[in-house]
Amino acid sequence: MTVYIARRLLLAIVVVAGVIILTFVIAHVVPGDPAATWAGPHAGPAQIAAARRFLGLDRPLPVQLGSYFGGILSGNWGYSIHTHRPVLSDIAVAAPASLELVIAALLIAVIVGVPLGLVSARWPGRPVDHLVRAGSILGVSMPIFWMALIFQLVFAQRLRLLPVTGEYAPGLLFSHPLARRTGFPVVDALITGNWPMLGSTLTHLILPAVVVAAYPAGLIARMVRAQVLDLVGETHVQMTRALGFPERAVFGRYLMKLAWNPVAAALALVFGYSLVNTFLVESIFDWPGLGSYAAASIGTLDTPAILGVTLFIALVYVVANLVVDLVQAALDPRIRLR
Amino acid sequence: MIDTPSLPPSGPPGSPGPPSPPGPAGPAGPSGPSGPAGPRPAVSPRPGPGAARRAAALAARARANPLLALGGALSVLIVLAALLAPLIAPYPADAGSATHPFAVLRPPSAAHWFGTDQVGRDILTRVLYGARVSPLIAFFVLLIACLVGIPLGVAAGYFGGWLDDVIMRITDIFLAFPALLLALALASVLPASLTSVTIAISATWWPWYTRLVRGQAASVAGRPYVASCRALGISRRRIIFRHILPNAITPLIVQVSLDVGGVILTASALSFLGLGAQDPTPDWGLMVAEGQTYFTTDWWVVTFPGLAILVTAFAFNLLGDGLRDALDPRRVMLR
Amino acid sequence: MTLEITGLRVAFGTRQVVSVDQLAIGDREIVGLAGESGSGKSMTTLAILGLAGTVGASVTGSIRLDGEELAGLPEAALRQIRGRRIAAIFQSPAMAFNPVFKVGQVVTRALRLHGLTGSEAADRAAAALREVLLAPDLLRRYPGQLSGGQLQRVAIALALALRAEVLLADEPTSALDVTVQAEVLDLLRELREREGLSILFISHDLAVVAELCDQVAVMRSGKIVEYGPVGQVMSQPRDRYTAELLASVPAIRAGS
Repeated sequence: MTVYIARRLLLAIVVVAGVIILTFVIAHVVPGDPAATWAGPHAGPAQIAAARRFLGLDRPLPVQLGSYFGGILSGNWGYSIHTHRPVLSDIAVAAPASLELVIAALLIAVIVGVPLGLVSARWPGRPVDHLVRAGSILGVSMPIFWMALIFQLVFAQRLRLLPVTGEYAPGLLFSHPLARRTGFPVVDALITGNWPMLGSTLTHLILPAVVVAAYPAGLIARMVRAQVLDLVGETHVQMTRALGFPERAVFGRYLMKLAWNPVAAALALVFGYSLVNTFLVESIFDWPGLGSYAAASIGTLDTPAILGVTLFIALVYVVANLVVDLVQAALDPRIRLR
Repeated sequence: MIDTPSLPPSGPPGSPGPPSPPGPAGPAGPSGPSGPAGPRPAVSPRPGPGAARRAAALAARARANPLLALGGALSVLIVLAALLAPLIAPYPADAGSATHPFAVLRPPSAAHWFGTDQVGRDILTRVLYGARVSPLIAFFVLLIACLVGIPLGVAAGYFGGWLDDVIMRITDIFLAFPALLLALALASVLPASLTSVTIAISATWWPWYTRLVRGQAASVAGRPYVASCRALGISRRRIIFRHILPNAITPLIVQVSLDVGGVILTASALSFLGLGAQDPTPDWGLMVAEGQTYFTTDWWVVTFPGLAILVTAFAFNLLGDGLRDALDPRRVMLR
Repeated sequence: MTLEITGLRVAFGTRQVVSVDQLAIGDREIVGLAGESGSGKSMTTLAILGLAGTVGASVTGSIRLDGEELAGLPEAALRQIRGRRIAAIFQSPAMAFNPVFKVGQVVTRALRLHGLTGSEAADRAAAALREVLLAPDLLRRYPGQLSGGQLQRVAIALALALRAEVLLADEPTSALDVTVQAEVLDLLRELREREGLSILFISHDLAVVAELCDQVAVMRSGKIVEYGPVGQVMSQPRDRYTAELLASVPAIRAGS
């Protein structure tokens, strides 16, 4: 087991190094002169030259790569052009909101997707199976920015069931100010016993989380169905039945435990994917997370910020995959015992 | 050789395939069976003129697999719409830079089935013309992905050794980014255009194909009959073209059909963010972005283009899914 | 404890796979069901347990356990019988256990399903394992950590722990090597003596059947072509198919 962990960690480090190099490469694909962009449209040649020296663009490429590497590792991720603050601190401020959103979405996706997948596998070929399959393909085919707009219009504006935008009702900032502990509004409201705020953060979270959950839910339902159907012919399933266990236990407990493996792997994949999907959804809901930051950076062609966010998410993705691999090894004895 | 990491090698976002364990199976690998797709087709078609028999067989298969039939039919419709757009669109000029200041933001009506947009252009026309944009991007992206991915994958899988290691590590690094993210980063540093979007997405898509082909190549290359081919003096080139590549074709076809939907979604997302097509190109993602500001009062400007994206991605995903079920050799009718 | 099967027909749509007019396992009897692979033997097991529907087959006929009719019972009643009164062990013991559960978890859960409390279940499981000459702490292992022989004994222990009356053994020794086979067969014989278990022993291996069983039924394409005391069938087969099967087994020709 320790050998397995060590190998995985080593691999992760190699990949992280590669990721940093790749973002550097992308940064230097930029056509045009970053120094000129930085200095602004009205800068003269002297100012552009000064900008070039400030940005370190007058040094040879390998040196730039080296200092880029060093910078990343020491926390210097450059300066955002549109906020004029260090990119890393911008990300630190914006990240919790997005993480909260994605985690909530994945929770919804698992709660919805797993049972649907099981039901679909239990009655393959029947109408409920076709419905679930069509529904899950619909989920993964959804243009998420469009879904956000439609849902916002229908549920928030027309039916007035849910709030339109924001993380919580702005009025509550005065009457029941939220003390920041973890940076996650829902968690903070919960642990400080701020019930009005808790209610508000939860209702504000629903719509964006449901929208982001569409793809993962569809994927998970498909996967559970496929995995369970793959296993349903195996001898141990018949043995479980022959012992007198009802079908719902056969599927719900015994088959499901086997099916978790690939589902867990998928969760890491969709975690990264959903984090990027927030780019398309957050500005619509005025959700103050990485997505809004990234969308604003794209709109202003703020390359350092865009690359900073890219790097951040890639790192999160690598870590998520690592965590999932280790959890899988813990859950599935066959991996551990190999 | 270090194991490839378990970066779940399912298809890129958009393909509804379940991730499979890394290794020879590759992204399109051992996904579960779709299971019994319904009652067995009743009786085999009576022998008759060839066409009638084929039609009956097709109908039987459609009954057995309604989702595949639906996906296939929709995909054909969309392709037809794209091809025939200039002929069937009511106001062909609106696909370009025509503006009609007196017909701005008209709701759906008999004259304009989908209404008009913020400069008075007919939305139905633009949606129909938009059907030419997305699938075309998908075609080029997947073509490039194959052209790059297949040779790299064959090289890595067949020759193995350090070449395999190097190629796989590079692939891993690319795959460490969620696809949309990398495409986004690239597209943001390139001038905003459909070409940039195509290049950006291709750069993120090729690793999947390398992985897939490498897996197939490695598993075939390891088989005894390949060694005996070499012993008989058959050239490497012949082995590759006559044995390795044909084995990779089926999973490739499945993967491509599954990816079309994903590429379309990614491309429209990039256009929505402003990184792709620019006005007046009738790109669906762009249309949704442009219509955002008017959405609360004039819902049709956003709804129809977005619906087009949904239906197109849905159709191709259904098709890809159905193809995967149909072509998987392990899939036996259970009931 | 007797099991009587009359007029059993198992079919997939219009294709009949089992057609048994008469088969009975008497009290403390070991009845062999012999035949080639694919002759419908395993389907018979599933049909007796009422599980034929799970593979899409339909069943008609009578199955009486101690005079009680099982065919047509509602699912809930059948679940009471499965495991508790009629137990089954399968051909490939390594495949018969869910790989991600500890062996003991399956055993105790099954015992609790049939009414025991947690501690009662633990005790009975440990006792049952000792009866099959296994150390009780094997229950804490995963199936992948046990050998085929050990797993098959755990399966038998499970039947014992549940106090089953009838054991359906579907090719229990086919996947094991010869020495282990002998041990399992000895175990089955012992259980018949000690616990009064009635056993339906399904196998394609006539030599083993001859050694173990009291009665034997020879199955071909789902039909019973020969049925009688084992000594009689082996030495004076009435059916031509049986004779051919016997002729292909060297040991029997030489020995009996």
